[in-house]
Amino acid sequence: MITLTWLYVPAGLLFAGVALRSALDRSNAKRFGNAAFWGLMALSLLAGDLIGDFGNGLLVLGLAALAGFGLVGRGHPATTTEPEREAFSQRLGNRLFLPALVIPAVALVGTLAWSYTPLGATGWIEPKRETYVFLVLGVLLALGVIFAWLRPPALAPVEEGRRLLDAIGWAAVLPQLLAALGAVFAAAGVGEIVGAGVRSVIPEGSVFLTVCVFALGMAGFTMIMGNAFAAFPVMAAAIGVPLLIADYGGDPAVIGAVGMLAGFCGTLMTPMAANFNLVPAALLELKDQYGVIRAQIPTALPLLAAQIAILYLFAGLM
Amino acid sequence: MTWLPLLGILIVVAGFALRLNPMPVVVAAGLATGLLAGMGPVEVIAAFGKAFNDNRIIAIVWVVLPVIGLLERYGLQQRAAAVIRGFKGATTGKLLLLYLAYRQITAAVGLHSTAGHPQTVRPLVAPMALAAAGDPPPEEAEKIKAMTAATDNVGLFFGEDVFFAIGSIVLIQQVLAAEGYALTPLELALWAIPSAIAAFVIHGARLWWWDRRRRAA
Repeated sequence: MITLTWLYVPAGLLFAGVALRSALDRSNAKRFGNAAFWGLMALSLLAGDLIGDFGNGLLVLGLAALAGFGLVGRGHPATTTEPEREAFSQRLGNRLFLPALVIPAVALVGTLAWSYTPLGATGWIEPKRETYVFLVLGVLLALGVIFAWLRPPALAPVEEGRRLLDAIGWAAVLPQLLAALGAVFAAAGVGEIVGAGVRSVIPEGSVFLTVCVFALGMAGFTMIMGNAFAAFPVMAAAIGVPLLIADYGGDPAVIGAVGMLAGFCGTLMTPMAANFNLVPAALLELKDQYGVIRAQIPTALPLLAAQIAILYLFAGLM
Repeated sequence: MTWLPLLGILIVVAGFALRLNPMPVVVAAGLATGLLAGMGPVEVIAAFGKAFNDNRIIAIVWVVLPVIGLLERYGLQQRAAAVIRGFKGATTGKLLLLYLAYRQITAAVGLHSTAGHPQTVRPLVAPMALAAAGDPPPEEAEKIKAMTAATDNVGLFFGEDVFFAIGSIVLIQQVLAAEGYALTPLELALWAIPSAIAAFVIHGARLWWWDRRRRAA
């Protein structure tokens, strides 16, 4: 059976290749910092299960130290120039989109086939991981197409991957680190403390204000945790279930679904949701690392108000 | 119960506010939280390491970078911009409105992983949005790129919950079932629709306004 562990191998090999090429890149004054940083990621992906929890903890400390002391820089992998790209674009035309579409197409067709045909019953793929498996398969297929068609130099995939990875920098690792922080917060009981705190500010007997505290609590706690999944069980246990559903007779389906979406409004406004908010800022090479969040706040605030209105009007609370 | 473990949150908030590098800030917050909750130093480092290792699935998505990088090497961004220049009436607002609808609809039928910041925003949508604005000055370009990423996020977040077989719907169902309220995923997904419409109207209005303001300028 193809499990998640298999998929760590191609990702790990990519990071290992990037680390090696980084070490040899004399144009980067911090080349050994880059090599160590991406090398630790390769170690985590290829051998994370072998080095023990404490070993992984030291690996995380190493990553944080390399990023924190500014030891990770930007290499200069060989690539094409702007005029060369313009010429390629004119010569190759819209066929250039086809390899780009191979990845989503394989992920889509594979996932659908796995879910709705007898293929899914074969048990060849770890349950619920099929999209990831087909994503990686799509990448390999797209690489095959590009090599057969355009014949790039053999090292080009690693070098082009390094160009993008160096542009993203430590932000590529931050989402995983924040997920780990969420787990540590949960183990330390932060959820229970916040839940009790939020409950203590609710005014007695006002349904509308209770709805407001529930929705704002979801958004606020999501901003802290960077993830509505971590906030939902806490807010549901503190307010959603005991007050809105049990005391005021609200519809559990509305309170559950819209409560979660109130949390998503919080996700739009926090740097803690790094993979949605900080990674794209790095990926698009924005000068302001909070640029994406700034663009989202004017949507997120009225949308949060809309969630409060939907909760109040449609959950049978009036 | 003690409030001390919340100090970790304070460290994170202060770190982000002071724009310190988030990597050591997050590790410091994790270590402080664990220590204040009564764990030993080795125990906290091990807990952090285990959680990091358990979340390696997040790193898998980076395998798309070599493909995206290779296509950029052969002019994919330039091609995307050329296609948009071919449309006479194309504007940044209209293009992003179309992408918002596309992202919401595909996410609503379970195809949320067919688009995203590395796969579509950087190589395709951002260059298209810039081309539709007619190669704007750097400040305007920065805003357009940020709005493109924002549109992807809004479309994804307020589309995916309409699909009943997504993680967040399963989580809601499990939490409420544990409290004694049995719901089907479909009931929950149905109630994500009003919010999806609200998101399209609110973010769409901003995109429409974006075009209007540009025309006036």
